[in-house]
Amino acid sequence: MTPADTTKRVLMLHAGVIAALFLAQFVLPEYHHGVLARVMVLAAYATGYTLLFGYTGLLSLGHAMFFAAGLYGAGLTVYHLGWSPPAGFGAGIAAGLVLSVMVGFVALRTTGVAFMIVTMMLAQAVYLASLYFGEWTRGDEGIVLTQAMRTFEIAGATIDLSLPDERFNAALILYACSLLICLAVVRAPLGRVMVAIRENEDRTRMLGYDTFQAKLMALALSGTLSAAAGASYALLFGYAGSTFASIHYSIYPLLWVLLGGAATTLGPLIGTLAITYMIDVTSGFTSAYLLLVGVMLVLLVLWSPNGLLGALRDRKLAWLP
Amino acid sequence: MDFGPYLLLASLEGLVTAAVLSLTALGLSLVFGVMRIVNVAHGEFFMLGAVLAWAIATPIAGNPALGFALAMVCSPLVVGAMALLSERLVLRRLKYEPEATIVATIGMLYIIQQLALTFYGPDARAVQAPFDWRIQFPWFGYSGYKLSVVGASITLMLLTWLVLARTRIGLMLRATQYDGETAQAFGIPIDRVYCGVFAVGAMLAAVAAVLIVPIQQAHYLMGLDPLLLSFIVVIIGGLGSLKGTVVAAVVIGMSDGIISVFFSPTLAKILATLLVAMVLVYRPQGLFGKAVR
Amino acid sequence: MDERKTPNTATTNGLTRRTALKGLGAAAGAAAIGTQAAPGFVRYAQAQSSEPIKIGFQAHRTGIGAAYGRWYERTTEAAVRLINEAGGINGRPIELIVEDDGTDPRRGAEVVERFATQHRVDVVFGTLFSHVVMGSAPRAGELKMPYFCVSEGHHVASGVLNRYIFQPGITDVKSQVISMAPWVAENLGKKVTMIFPDYAFGHDHRDFFSEAIAAQGGEALELIAIPPTESSFTRYFPRIPSETEVIYHVMVGPGVLTFVSEMGQFYGANRPQIFGFIDSLEAVDLASPGLEFLEGTYFWEGFPRYAMPEATEYDTFFREQVGVNADGASIDDPQDISTYSHMFGCWETLYIIKQAMEASGYSSATDADKAGLIEAVEAMTEFPEGFEHPQGRKTFDGKTHQCFGHQYISVVEDSRLNVVHKTSIEDGLYEPEVDYTTQPL
Repeated sequence: MTPADTTKRVLMLHAGVIAALFLAQFVLPEYHHGVLARVMVLAAYATGYTLLFGYTGLLSLGHAMFFAAGLYGAGLTVYHLGWSPPAGFGAGIAAGLVLSVMVGFVALRTTGVAFMIVTMMLAQAVYLASLYFGEWTRGDEGIVLTQAMRTFEIAGATIDLSLPDERFNAALILYACSLLICLAVVRAPLGRVMVAIRENEDRTRMLGYDTFQAKLMALALSGTLSAAAGASYALLFGYAGSTFASIHYSIYPLLWVLLGGAATTLGPLIGTLAITYMIDVTSGFTSAYLLLVGVMLVLLVLWSPNGLLGALRDRKLAWLP
Repeated sequence: MDFGPYLLLASLEGLVTAAVLSLTALGLSLVFGVMRIVNVAHGEFFMLGAVLAWAIATPIAGNPALGFALAMVCSPLVVGAMALLSERLVLRRLKYEPEATIVATIGMLYIIQQLALTFYGPDARAVQAPFDWRIQFPWFGYSGYKLSVVGASITLMLLTWLVLARTRIGLMLRATQYDGETAQAFGIPIDRVYCGVFAVGAMLAAVAAVLIVPIQQAHYLMGLDPLLLSFIVVIIGGLGSLKGTVVAAVVIGMSDGIISVFFSPTLAKILATLLVAMVLVYRPQGLFGKAVR
Repeated sequence: MDERKTPNTATTNGLTRRTALKGLGAAAGAAAIGTQAAPGFVRYAQAQSSEPIKIGFQAHRTGIGAAYGRWYERTTEAAVRLINEAGGINGRPIELIVEDDGTDPRRGAEVVERFATQHRVDVVFGTLFSHVVMGSAPRAGELKMPYFCVSEGHHVASGVLNRYIFQPGITDVKSQVISMAPWVAENLGKKVTMIFPDYAFGHDHRDFFSEAIAAQGGEALELIAIPPTESSFTRYFPRIPSETEVIYHVMVGPGVLTFVSEMGQFYGANRPQIFGFIDSLEAVDLASPGLEFLEGTYFWEGFPRYAMPEATEYDTFFREQVGVNADGASIDDPQDISTYSHMFGCWETLYIIKQAMEASGYSSATDADKAGLIEAVEAMTEFPEGFEHPQGRKTFDGKTHQCFGHQYISVVEDSRLNVVHKTSIEDGLYEPEVDYTTQPL
């Protein structure tokens, strides 16, 4: 297969996935329509996460801080300053970008386990800050964005993000953008440097690449995409609370990505979808679904450490990005 | 209250935190140092130790010291056995590959937590302290049991140090930590060392939990805090360094207490967290450790 | 933990023959009283199918709220059983569908969606933790799903939610706190130091009580906010000024026993008056080791945990049906302490849903019928004390969607709580902050 063939296939596959998601809204029953909208927002978060974890090999346990930066960047400006949703979304992304660059300058001085712990601690500080500034954030209870706050006009059309179709398509646009950005990055020179850093940072540096800069770019991209997902969550589901800054929301993207396949572009979507439905179905007959998630993680790492798509790539479809 | 006594109280509190923390962190540090893996389920072993302490001590009538003593012996043994089992069934098969173990231990975290919720329930339950003395300072009173926890922790740490520094087992551990392959070439059964270290690490967490459970209570979600703190202590103290672990535990325990004298509590927590993160960033090998390979 | 294994659609499990027979007799009485209590009650039963009314119960089965969730579930099951035995709602039986929200706001929103679009329930009910209510409420409003929380948060009455959200079964925290202030100022002291968790629930206490005590001529000397990640408290006690007459504490979560015993170690016998909210000690045995220090301190109670000599027959009946003994513990396991000050809200809310459905002639899960149901609830003004409202009489404000009831103050004596004061409903009233009825349906 020539490289041009591969490119064509990859593009077809991604366009196909996006098209399938778009068409899904016309056939899915109401409940699954809603679930898929939420899954796409969370998958955008996981896609951001895998840029850093899967492709660059940096395990962060603090990504909730970026999600929360977006969540509060959008939530607080819309709630307190009366900004329109697009402006709030911009504020959320800006907050994520600034935070991730700042975190990058500090945390990227460490590697390995120390990086994991530094990100975890910085995220803990952000979580505590969301409680400390309770006057604005209402801490754990959080703030609710009303329907009016989530409605805006663009080119003469009124868009109400609390309606199912608007929500679904907004989530789809978010996810599609994240996916395409991820795909573009991993196929660009930056992406190759990222993978090289994952495989052997010293060698990459010796080859003349500025590995710090590449890692910083990866972290900034990853953090900003996570923030975009956070901002979308606030605007689409009308709630921002400090639960989303807690350590659990740093572990979730790791789970989703691992199940789907760490260094794959579509793995995050598959992982998020699979875990969401697994919890949804099992919680129907037992409240011990965490046990199931735990057992599944252990089995997964024992039998299929590269995740679902990773296993597929290893066995059959070597061209998967 | 005047500043002096206030500081004294904060220091006492810091000391108790440090005592329990150094035991918990020592367990994590041993595993981390010898096996080079991060055990995310360490906090759950701590929780399991506390829950088992409640289950063992509560049905025993009569002097509370009796139930407590029994818990002190049995709870770590059970936890150690469970750790042994999970090491054999899961971690060994993963060949201790760092990322895979992190994921597997996150899985174990969920499993243990859910089992505790199912069989122990969502309530916080206290265990009666073996004795109930109160020490009256001129400005405030303080729990005698808490001070005895500090004593117990020092004794246990000394014991661990003796084992590590003076016995054959300690030698084997240190050799494995220094260079696993060479150690194996010299006939040290690495495989058994690993499984022993993992079990002992969990048992240290369980001992710390039994000590704490008359002060705090057993609750199925209690594992997260000691886990985070132990991580910090281990990193700051340096890998597998007993001295470093103790000093880092004292630093963390004290800084948390003393910063809270000057700032509002939540702000103090934020500052302490950031401070520790900065130490990590600017001295990633820890205060006492040598650079990680 | 057998209830963990029960299938989602709750049935009347764990019911012995004896309690069933007792329940039958008493339920007949309850039904009769219910009929009187609802003037304009019209029986539509003959026109109805016998399709069940589906009530979605958003339960905290896992996560930090699990201790409360368990008792909310038991109370709810008891009330549903009684209502069904007495003929259901409009002649239709209630089918209770339970979903666990993990005490997480995202999962809470998902559960509401599941109720609305998959189970197609008629109403959602029973949420306790404020952040879950806040996370779920926007979705409930968007899906036009009547949502009855039993949370005691001030979120409903503060106006930040929407027209579909109600809290008719339990008084909100603002009212509870305000109604405590006069008695505290008069009997315990006017110089108060408050200790509370540093998040929204704690801030509500801080704001409402410091204002209310100032209105009584008192003063909040020091406000000590404890970070929620804290597990040891001694180092905060030196902040308590020595001229403090009353310590007001409202620590929630598993750390509370530590908090109390450390306060005991700190003060010894020489302590100021202490007043707390029982929220901290719900589901906790007052005879637990470390709680000895609470002897002689005072607590707010929503509904007295220990059966008082003057307890009403309604209280006795409620205990019997839910399976709670005179000491507020489970009949089957005296170690299993109930959340008595809150769980009555589930029971009372279910009867309000029944009453409103009957008043509005609710027949199917259509938007029109749901709108009718909401207007019927908004039209309510008062709930008389009785088998349907065992905690006592309540007034209801249809504009703020919030009810107001009596509160209790109890003192700890011999590891029991004995009531020393019952507030009047007027003690807890405040200016309405919202009028939800102006919002479209």
